Amino acid sequence: MGRMKTIVRRTFLIGSAAIVGGVAFGYYAYKKPIANPLLDDLADGEAAITPYVRIDQSGVTIITPRADKGQGTYSIQAALVAEELDIAWEDIQVDPGKPSPAYYNATVLGEGLPFAAVDESFLARNARAFGGVLGKVLGIQITGGSSTVPDAYEKLRIAGAVARETLLLAAAQNTGVARDQLSTKDGAVILPDGKSILYTSLAQTAAQIDPPSEVALKPESEWRYIGKEMPRIDILAKSTGTLTYGIDMIMDGMVHASVRTNPRMGGGINSYDDTAARKMRGVQKIIPITGGAGVIADNTWRAIQAVNAIEFDWKDASYPKNSNLMWKTVASSFTPKHKDSRLKNEGDVEAAFKENKVIKAEYRIPYLAHAPLEPMNAIVLLKDGRLDIWTGTQIPLNMLQTAEKMTGLPAENIHVHVQMMGGSFGRRLEDQYVRQTIELAQAMEGTPIKMTWSREEDMTHDFPRPMQMSSAWGTVKDGKVESYDLAIAAPSTTSSQLGRLGLPAAGPDIAIVAAAWDQPFAIPHHRVTGYRAPEMVPISSWRSVGASGNGFLYNAFLDELIHEAGADPLMERLRLCNHDLSRKTLEAVGEMSNWGSDLGPNRFRGLAFSLSFGVPVAEVIEITNTQDGIKLDKVFVACEVGKVLDPINFENQIQGGVIWGLGHAMAAELTYDDGIAEQNNYDGYESMRMYQAPDIIVRGLENGTDVRGIGEPPVPPAAPALAAAIFAATGERIRELPMNKTVDFV
Amino acid sequence: MTKITVNGTAYDIDVEPEMPLLWVLRDELNITGPKYGCGIAQCGACTVHIDGVATKSCQVPIGDLEGDVTTIEGLGTPDALHAVQEAWVEHQVAQCGYCQSGQIMAAASFLAETPNPTDADIDEAMSSNLCRCGTYPRIRAAVKAAAVKLEGA
Ligand code: FES
Ligand code: FES
Repeated sequence: MGRMKTIVRRTFLIGSAAIVGGVAFGYYAYKKPIANPLLDDLADGEAAITPYVRIDQSGVTIITPRADKGQGTYSIQAALVAEELDIAWEDIQVDPGKPSPAYYNATVLGEGLPFAAVDESFLARNARAFGGVLGKVLGIQITGGSSTVPDAYEKLRIAGAVARETLLLAAAQNTGVARDQLSTKDGAVILPDGKSILYTSLAQTAAQIDPPSEVALKPESEWRYIGKEMPRIDILAKSTGTLTYGIDMIMDGMVHASVRTNPRMGGGINSYDDTAARKMRGVQKIIPITGGAGVIADNTWRAIQAVNAIEFDWKDASYPKNSNLMWKTVASSFTPKHKDSRLKNEGDVEAAFKENKVIKAEYRIPYLAHAPLEPMNAIVLLKDGRLDIWTGTQIPLNMLQTAEKMTGLPAENIHVHVQMMGGSFGRRLEDQYVRQTIELAQAMEGTPIKMTWSREEDMTHDFPRPMQMSSAWGTVKDGKVESYDLAIAAPSTTSSQLGRLGLPAAGPDIAIVAAAWDQPFAIPHHRVTGYRAPEMVPISSWRSVGASGNGFLYNAFLDELIHEAGADPLMERLRLCNHDLSRKTLEAVGEMSNWGSDLGPNRFRGLAFSLSFGVPVAEVIEITNTQDGIKLDKVFVACEVGKVLDPINFENQIQGGVIWGLGHAMAAELTYDDGIAEQNNYDGYESMRMYQAPDIIVRGLENGTDVRGIGEPPVPPAAPALAAAIFAATGERIRELPMNKTVDFV
Repeated sequence: MTKITVNGTAYDIDVEPEMPLLWVLRDELNITGPKYGCGIAQCGACTVHIDGVATKSCQVPIGDLEGDVTTIEGLGTPDALHAVQEAWVEHQVAQCGYCQSGQIMAAASFLAETPNPTDADIDEAMSSNLCRCGTYPRIRAAVKAAAVKLEGA
């Protein structure tokens, strides 16, 4: 039998509730983030998870309130609960939480944040922000590893075990058979005589029983689902076009809408002329909204055509007009006044610089849009003092509060129905599209408004990741890296993002230096300084947040130093590494890639390593230098996650993360002219396509004890590994992204 | 009135001839398997078959449509999968899945024309469909597996 888990009431609230025709188990876990001196000025906050099990006539449903944006989290959440609840995989139903069941309401949302800390750290980061802790806590938590909080993945299993135990008690009560004579199998309680009682028929009784506060968890050896290759719950629907995304929802009496607002972000509007738009076929109404206007029509295409026919007179943006001026702004932020953090300061960098020749380099990386394939959209209905919002979002709780402010309705009359999402990558931590749709719904009471952004509206209003610059200096001695001083200047993602949510962002922003200041390398003289540039374009979290750029900045110059020292990129990192799990990760990628072997003519490799979100990831990229340019052949990825919850999903997420990191580094940037993003569709904003996609060989390592998510950590080392390979091939250092400014790719 | 046939069913549509097929399908006929991603022939999320040939439906004004339309809903169903869909399920290709209707339609049409594709053929054919989630390695494997299935069929 597994370990007994006592649920401390002070820490966890577990309850059940009778619902129409069944029972719902709720489970909230509250935990404190790791204490950190940087956060002393902040109130202690709480993060929470709220999975549910609902049992009624339709069967057993696992409520997965953490929205699935494509990362397979519905399946993983379901596997964790189902493992202990003991139901057959094919009988599992998941539901992101619809408002109809009585237990899932605004009050629940208000009490417990609908996020787990299993993975997707920008999510958890965001959730913590709403819980009263700034998002920057995440960057800290990682290195505070020794005081690690109990893993969320354990808590989800507890939720399943509590539900199962309650059902067993219900069966005992109904049959008079003692609890210890009963067992379970695939969604039923089994009596000593072999008869079985379905969970569904025990639901009514279970609803009256106080759930136990002590449950036993299965030992790992008995797991059926966790760590196994399970078919994703949504895979059939996603392979047959039958999955309904937010953009696919159809409601009775619904009208279609599209909006335009000032592409100079936040710039506002002087006036508009909708004479032509009004006359267009299918147009029902044109409604002014904050910063622009929306068209109500009988078809999305007509709405988009009409909104594009409106002549707008936009105001100017408050930020520098074009990319050149923006770069100048960042470049002039390396000053004491802008100094934001110096979280790494080992040895004496200045003294080291006096001893040996200093090498120096500057790097820059551009703004990047999230641009998930499904353009932002929402359906909103305001009717009889009730507001319903159907949309793909990562911030349902905040959205509810926003809607409260906008409409003046009480929270219990506002319902956010989270829809399946066609990607996010951090994009859906923003809610402009929903606010706009609420404004339209307020002007069209009683009618459901389905608002869809054109791709152009989407890309020009994508709160991108920030542009960043770095200056790096270092010395080498006796064939070793001796000193490394890295200064990074960037606008603060955290304060831009939290500012829009009306939350304060005091203290330094870890995002500016994440995956730079905290890398596990004991370079004798080592300093990392963050400089906060002015905000400029409003920015947001982009897959792997600060680490997305810093993985490149940190590794790229380290690679220069290692080359200067005449050392081997893998051996020197291993020599410097002071973190056991990271060392094993580096060793693993060395073995996988047969590091040091001869690759044959015109073939080269590069290596990079990043520790981000608590996950060490090492990547080796092999390329061929062809007549026409660089061809990506293979990527080897070693990744330490404590426990691989689902090997297929794990591999898929890592491959996706590597492609994300590489594709954007190779070809993508957002540039600005006249305050407007110059790229407004995928023709101007390229990322990887099939012909460029390398084979990606993945190994998950389970040496550590903390279970981590893998949505983000594969991203940071991808670009610098490729840059190192290109240097090996061409002798050219890439110090500016995207790389296609410097080299051609085939 | 425009007459069109989608997945074997005939419809009379009363829309302006410029309206792209994609929006006729999605908003007039409520056939939502084909997705809107870019509207400018860049992403392939809207891919359907017109007389069996993969076509970006955002680029076909309904007035210019000639031929029968098949959408992902008409290619196969959860109970009766097309070989390409079978391969997609077996390889667990989808992440968010939003691009996959288009990817599957592109692959089905490609394999019908190119039964024994080389890796280079696959890369070329599938490069007009964008996947922001980066499922390309799995798409590649699934296309190869589907080719084998179709050969055997
Ligand atoms: S929507 Fe047609 S190609 Fe993108
Ligand atoms: S699976 Fe998300 S865009 Fe392809």
